[in-house]
Amino acid sequence: MRVLRLAGRRLAASLPTLLLILMGMFLLLQFAPGDTVDALMAQIGGGDAAFAEEMRRFYGLDAGIAAQLWNYLLRLATLDLGFSAIYGKPVATVILERLPPTILLMASALSFAFFFGLVLGVIAARRVNRWPDTLISTLGLIFYATPSFWFGLMAIVVFSVYLQWLPAGGFSDITQSYTGIAAVLDIARHLVLPTLTLGLIFLAIYLRIMRASMLEVLSLDFVRTARAKGLSETRVVARHVLRNAMLPMVTLIGLQAGTMLGGSVVVESVFALPGLGRLAYESVVQRDLNTLLGIVFVSALLVIAINFVVDILYARLDPRISSES
Amino acid sequence: MRALKAYLRSPPALIGSVILLAVLVMGIGAHWFYPGDPLGLAGRPLQWPGQNPRFPLGTDSSGRDIAAQLFHGARVSLLIGFVATSIAAMIGIAIGALAGFYGGAVDTALMRVTEAFQTLPNFLLLLVLVAVFGSTIETVTIAIGIVSWPPVARLTRAEFLTLRTRDFVQACRVQGLSDAHLILREVLPNALPPVIVYASVVMAVAILLESALAFLQLSDPNVPSWGNLIGLGRNVLRTEWYVSAIPGVAILMTILGVSLVGQGLNDALNPRLASGR
Repeated sequence: MRVLRLAGRRLAASLPTLLLILMGMFLLLQFAPGDTVDALMAQIGGGDAAFAEEMRRFYGLDAGIAAQLWNYLLRLATLDLGFSAIYGKPVATVILERLPPTILLMASALSFAFFFGLVLGVIAARRVNRWPDTLISTLGLIFYATPSFWFGLMAIVVFSVYLQWLPAGGFSDITQSYTGIAAVLDIARHLVLPTLTLGLIFLAIYLRIMRASMLEVLSLDFVRTARAKGLSETRVVARHVLRNAMLPMVTLIGLQAGTMLGGSVVVESVFALPGLGRLAYESVVQRDLNTLLGIVFVSALLVIAINFVVDILYARLDPRISSES
Repeated sequence: MRALKAYLRSPPALIGSVILLAVLVMGIGAHWFYPGDPLGLAGRPLQWPGQNPRFPLGTDSSGRDIAAQLFHGARVSLLIGFVATSIAAMIGIAIGALAGFYGGAVDTALMRVTEAFQTLPNFLLLLVLVAVFGSTIETVTIAIGIVSWPPVARLTRAEFLTLRTRDFVQACRVQGLSDAHLILREVLPNALPPVIVYASVVMAVAILLESALAFLQLSDPNVPSWGNLIGLGRNVLRTEWYVSAIPGVAILMTILGVSLVGQGLNDALNPRLASGR
């Protein structure tokens, strides 16, 4: 209960941050050359100035900046994200349609990076300065330096073009209509390469952090006590070291939630996944500012939500936090 | 001196320096190695590397020399990386220093802004900035600097928080020195080493951000950029994959060089940590 209250307080503290983001974004977009109406006019093949004026009035773009901002915030409070003139649907609907692939991708990439980062970090720390450590640390450095979009393209060349093991893109096979377990497997097959691509850099970061924090925890007194008790080395690591060494990694998940969401913009457009990131890219190209603002809002919400979960997780792992307050 | 010796003794730092130096030579000598426009037509399109001795790395789908683009791209990547990192460092140090030195309401306000920037996915913010201010090389560089400063600000703030209560700072305060003097001449020099080490991370991320943006064709199309070439190579990926593969290796090596140098600097400047490992 105390944990929840603590995390809840952090959540409340992020509200001003959210407001700041929205105001900043809204003001920023006022600098944009051309608005939705200009984009629409270009799409329908032009029109005269009077028609443009009328459309501006229709979309509420003729009011002053302060009034527009106030209207926007008011509508946001009721979760109305406005109307996307490009897609011809409410922005909330467009975003909701695109959200599942992104969340799925982020969750699987995070699990992949966290699990293998943990395992590799532990192995490296237990064989510190010997060949497994050198190999893992070198791999970590190389993974860290690999641009994700390039890795994705090369993975397509190897696994889709030459070996033909995995599909090159898309979220599901549109030529087949699978149901039940077959549909799940189909989506999973499509997500293998994007997951590896997005997770690679985080894997590199996690294994480096895990190695360092394992080494630090291993040198603490309570580990010596555990060893002196006569516990086997495996038991010392599994029962005593791991839980403490995981703390920095858990912190990192919250800190990098935004980075991961940003990374999925690139990964989704490499693999043609119909997700939020790709939507962001499309709305930049099409100057669909309403949708872009909506995506910014939803991403900020997503990052705040992830941090909320991380706070709870952290307090569970480290009992000192919940007893302190 | 001691730091320099420690730096030169570490093999990763040496390897990193060699790689980075090679990229630097490529960038600086680009006009000498490949005079003329690297984006101009050079020969028959899509020649594989080694097929034609005139183009050791082949040509892309518009018949442009890939090697020439690689050399000129090195110049662009390093320049964008360096300038964007400097911008991020300046904003981050200024905000972190003010927040850490004054504390209180100033700290709260500045940290709220920093938090706002960190909550927003930096690549998304970069997209918005480029969409609003256009995608010339100058705006892209400045935009990358603007999205990269928050970690620098946090690091600087943390350093200032521990340093401002130290005796030497208090002594200066008692002497009646101005805040500006305290911040710039007393605290900042002591807070800088970890920030400089962290700058290598910022630079690596800046280069990656630019290449990702160029890959999506949202960066300056009139500048030879590695990411741009990878993006164009995508159209012929199934058969002529080398067009995308080659510039990717260049990015990988550059980031590797930057990270290794950063790691070497870290070990050299924090000998306590280095020996603990």
